[in-house]
Amino acid sequence: MSTVLKLDGLTKSFPVGKRLLGKPRGVVHAVQPVDLEVQQGETLGIVGESGCGKSTLARMLVGLLPPTGGSIEINGAPLDNADPAEFGKKIQYVFQDPISSLNPRKTIRQVMEAPLKRLHGMTRAARDKRIAEIFASVNLREEFLERYPHEFSGGQAQRIGIARALAAEARILILDEPVSALDVSVQAQVLNLLADLKAELGLTYLFISHDLAVVEAVSDRVAVLYFGSVVEVGRAEDIFRAPRHPYTKLLANSAPVVGRALTAPEGRETELPDPLNPPSGCAFRARCPHATELCAREVPQLSGEDHRAACHHPLDQSGAIETEVSSQG
Amino acid sequence: MQFLTLLMRNRLAAAGGIVLSLVVLLALVTPLLPLANPDVTDTANRFLMPGAQGHLLGTDHLGRDLLARLLHGTRLSLAVGFAAAFFAAFFGAAIGIIAGYFGGRTDNLIMRGVDMLMAFPYILLALAIVAALGPGLTNALIAVAAVNIPFFARNIRGVTVGLAHKEFVDAARLAGLGHTRIILTEILPNVIPVIVIAMSTTIGWMILETAGLSFLGLGSQPPQADLGSMLGEARGALITNPHTSIVPGAMILVIVMGINLLGDGVRDALDPRLRSGALTRPMPATRVERKGTIPDQGDGEAVLSLRQLQTQFHVKNRIYKAVGGVDLKVAPGECLGVIGESGSGKSVTALSVMGLVASPPGVITGGAVYFQGEDLVGAPYEHLRSLRGDKVAYIFQDPLATLHPLYKVGDQLIEAIRVHHPVGRSEARARAVALLKQVRIPNAESRIDSYPHEMSGGMRQRVGIAMALANDPEVIIADEPTTALDVTVQAQILSLLDELRRERGLAIVFITHDFGVVAQLCDRVAVMYAGRIVETGPTEAVLNAPAHPYTSRLIACVPELGGGRRRLEAIPGLPPAVDRLEPGCAFAPRCLKASAACREGDIALEGPGMRAVRCIHPEAELEEGVA
Repeated sequence: MSTVLKLDGLTKSFPVGKRLLGKPRGVVHAVQPVDLEVQQGETLGIVGESGCGKSTLARMLVGLLPPTGGSIEINGAPLDNADPAEFGKKIQYVFQDPISSLNPRKTIRQVMEAPLKRLHGMTRAARDKRIAEIFASVNLREEFLERYPHEFSGGQAQRIGIARALAAEARILILDEPVSALDVSVQAQVLNLLADLKAELGLTYLFISHDLAVVEAVSDRVAVLYFGSVVEVGRAEDIFRAPRHPYTKLLANSAPVVGRALTAPEGRETELPDPLNPPSGCAFRARCPHATELCAREVPQLSGEDHRAACHHPLDQSGAIETEVSSQG
Repeated sequence: MQFLTLLMRNRLAAAGGIVLSLVVLLALVTPLLPLANPDVTDTANRFLMPGAQGHLLGTDHLGRDLLARLLHGTRLSLAVGFAAAFFAAFFGAAIGIIAGYFGGRTDNLIMRGVDMLMAFPYILLALAIVAALGPGLTNALIAVAAVNIPFFARNIRGVTVGLAHKEFVDAARLAGLGHTRIILTEILPNVIPVIVIAMSTTIGWMILETAGLSFLGLGSQPPQADLGSMLGEARGALITNPHTSIVPGAMILVIVMGINLLGDGVRDALDPRLRSGALTRPMPATRVERKGTIPDQGDGEAVLSLRQLQTQFHVKNRIYKAVGGVDLKVAPGECLGVIGESGSGKSVTALSVMGLVASPPGVITGGAVYFQGEDLVGAPYEHLRSLRGDKVAYIFQDPLATLHPLYKVGDQLIEAIRVHHPVGRSEARARAVALLKQVRIPNAESRIDSYPHEMSGGMRQRVGIAMALANDPEVIIADEPTTALDVTVQAQILSLLDELRRERGLAIVFITHDFGVVAQLCDRVAVMYAGRIVETGPTEAVLNAPAHPYTSRLIACVPELGGGRRRLEAIPGLPPAVDRLEPGCAFAPRCLKASAACREGDIALEGPGMRAVRCIHPEAELEEGVA
C-alpha cells in the first residue's frame, strides 16, 4: 500500500472583522495543524460537528481554498493546482448539496462533458461513449442527459454529481457529506453505489460526515475532528466501540440509538468554545469530565500506535481513565 | 414560450407591449412613408395648427412639418435610448461580473470607483461628460450610458457574488475550467435574466435622460430632430402655441409608459421569486373544501385527534394528494412520533392542524381535526388565530428561519406572550426570562437581549421551544426540531423536551425521519408513506417487530452505530409522486412481497388494540401492544 494523500501540519485561519486598512480584528483558526495520511484504496472517514473545520479541510485538499500553513502531498508530489486541467485528474470532490452543485441552466450532458473535454480533451464520439459507460456504472438512464437539474430528485442528482467526479478519472475522491441531504432509503442506495465503485475502480475516499453511524459503516479508518484538530484516529470498528478520547465517547453516546434510554450525556448548558477566543490547552477541557490542570496548560498531541488520541487522560477499553497519566508525545 | 404566455397574461404589460411595438414599427417604417422633409424650413407657414392642409400635426416655429419631425425624432430617440441601455448593460454587467467573481481587492477597487461615480448627481455627471466631449447626440449617448453603468454594475455584482460561491462553480473549477470559461459558461447564463430585468426597467429612464440632455441643447444639434430637442425648441412658444410642445411630449409619455409597463411585466415573468407566487399573498388560514360526511371525534381522551384528514395541493390542473386520509390522536402527556421520508406528507399533516398550509395552493378536502372535542377544520380565522401559539404551538426545524433576525429574542418572546395575554411589558419580560430559564439557557437575564444571529443553533432552538411554551399550550407540534442540530446538542434538546412534557403534561406530536430519535422520545409512532399512515403502534412494538414491509426495510437501511463496516440494505426505487398515485398500496412497486391484490383497491389500516398496519402481507402477526 502506498500513501496517496499526506497532510503535514495543515492549517487554515480566517481573518474576521476585516478593515479597509490595517490588521483584521481577530483570527479564527478553522483548521489547526492537522497531520493525516491516506493509503491507496482506503476510505478515511472524518467526523465532527458543525464548525469543527471538516469542510474547510476538504476544500483545501481540492485546492478550492489555499492553506495558511503546512503542506498537502498527492501521490508524493505537493499539491499544485496551477494547471486546473492536470489537477482535476488527480483528485475530485463530491458536494453535499447535490442540486446546487449542478448549474441550473445546463443540461446534464453539458455538465458531464465539461471534465471530459477540459481534462481529457476527448472528441465528441469518445465523450458520448464514456458518458454512457459512466452512467451505466452509477445506474442512471441515458435519457436523463438532455434534462435540467431541477427535474431530478436528490438521490438522482447526487448520482449525477458522483458521475461527474468519476468522469475526471481521478483516483482520489473527497466526499463532503455526500448523503446528508438525502432520505434514508436513498442514502443507503448511494452509499452502496460508492462502495461498489470503489471496489471496481480501486478508488481512495475521504468521507466527511457528521453522521457517526454512516461513517462507521463505510470507512476503514476514522478521524474525529474537534475545534479544528484531529483528536482521535483509529480503525472504524474500534473508534466508537472503545473510544480513547472523551469527546469521541460523548459523540458516540449522543447518537440516538434504538433501544437506548434517553439521557443527556452531558450538562445541558455546555456550548462550543468561542473560536475568536480559544481556550488554552485542550479545547475540549471545558466539556470534559476528566479535565485536570495539565489540560489547561498544555495542548495534548496525538499519541499511541494504531489508535491514536490527543488526550492527556485517554480512556481505556472499559471507558475508564487510564491510571497512568500519559505524557504528551 | 412559457415566458410569453406569462407576459401576455399581465394585461397592463401586454398593453404596454402593443403600444411600444406600434411606436417601434412606425419608427422603423418612417423613411418609407410619404412625409415632408423634417428639416426644410418654411417660415411663412410657421405655427400652423394640427389638421392644417398638408400638415397633419401642424408646423413648428420654423414652419417644419411636425409629423415628419415627430416620427424622425422618435426614431432617433428610440435608437439612442436602446443603444445607451445596451452599452450601459454591457459594460455595467462586465464590471459587475468581474468584481463579483474575483471578489477581494479587485471587488473593493472596482466597487469603490463605482461608488464614486454614484456619488455625483447623475445629471451633473452627464453634463460634465458632455461638457468634456462637446455637445452632440453621440456624446449624449455616451454620457447617458456612462451614468447608468453603476446601476448595472451594482445589480449584477450582487447576483454574481451569490453565484460565485455556489457549489456548481467550484465543480466547474475542478472539471478543469479556467476563469474566463467559468464566467462565460457558468456565471453568465445565470446572470442574463437579471440583466434583462434591469434593462427592461431602465430603458424608459434612459430615453428620458437623453431627451433631457437634448432639451438642454447638449444632445442632438439643429436641424436634426429628436424628441428632447423638439421640446426644447418649442419651449419658447409653450403658451402661445402649445401644440408644438404637446406633440413631442405626448410621444415621450407614450413611449416611456409603454416601456415601463412592459418592463415591469418582463420582470414579473422572469423573476423566479415572483413567478413562484411570492406576490400572491397566502390566505390567513388554509382553504377548506370539505366533501362527504364529517367523521366524529372517536376517542374522547385525546386532546388532539385527526380523523380522515385530507389535504391537497391544487397546482394548475394537477392535484397533489399530500395527505390522503390520516388518523392520528394524542393524549395529554403523551408523545406521538410521526416518521416518514421527504414527501410523505408528515409536515403537511402537522400544518393542516392549525390551518397553516399555504393557500393557494393548499386545500383541506376532507376529514376533521378535533382539538378538545371541537372540529377546527373550517373554523373561523379569528378562532384559529386565538388558538395558534396559545393552545397549540409549533416548533420548526430551522430556528434561524423562524426567529425574526432584526428583533431581540426577548422582544419576540414578549410579543408571543402579549398577543394572547393582556399583561404589562415588565411582567411579560419577567415571564420571558423564566421561560428561557426553563429551557436551560445559561444567563437568561443577559441572553434575553441577544439577537438570533448571536446565538448558536442549539441555543436558538431552545428559544424556539421557549416560544412554543410561552402560553402554556396543550399540544406542541414539533416538525424535525433537531434535524439541523449536532448530535450532542440534539441529545440535550431531546431530553429537555422529554422533561417538559412530563412536568407539564404536554401532548407532543414529534415529526422526524430518524428512528433513533423516535425510539428515545416517543410513546407511540405512526409511519407515513405517500400521504398515508402505513403502520402505527407503541414505539417498541413497531421498532422491534415492524409489520409493514416499508417500515421494516426503512429500519434496515439506517446504519446503526456499533455495527462496523457493512453493506446497507437499500430500498430500490423512489417514493411515488403524490399527483399520480396508483390504486392499491403505494409501496407495492418497491416491495418484494407485492402481489396482484396489492395493486387493487384500497387497503385498510387494521390491527388489534393500538397496533395497526396497512398491508395484505404483513411481516409479522400483530400483537396487541401496550403503550
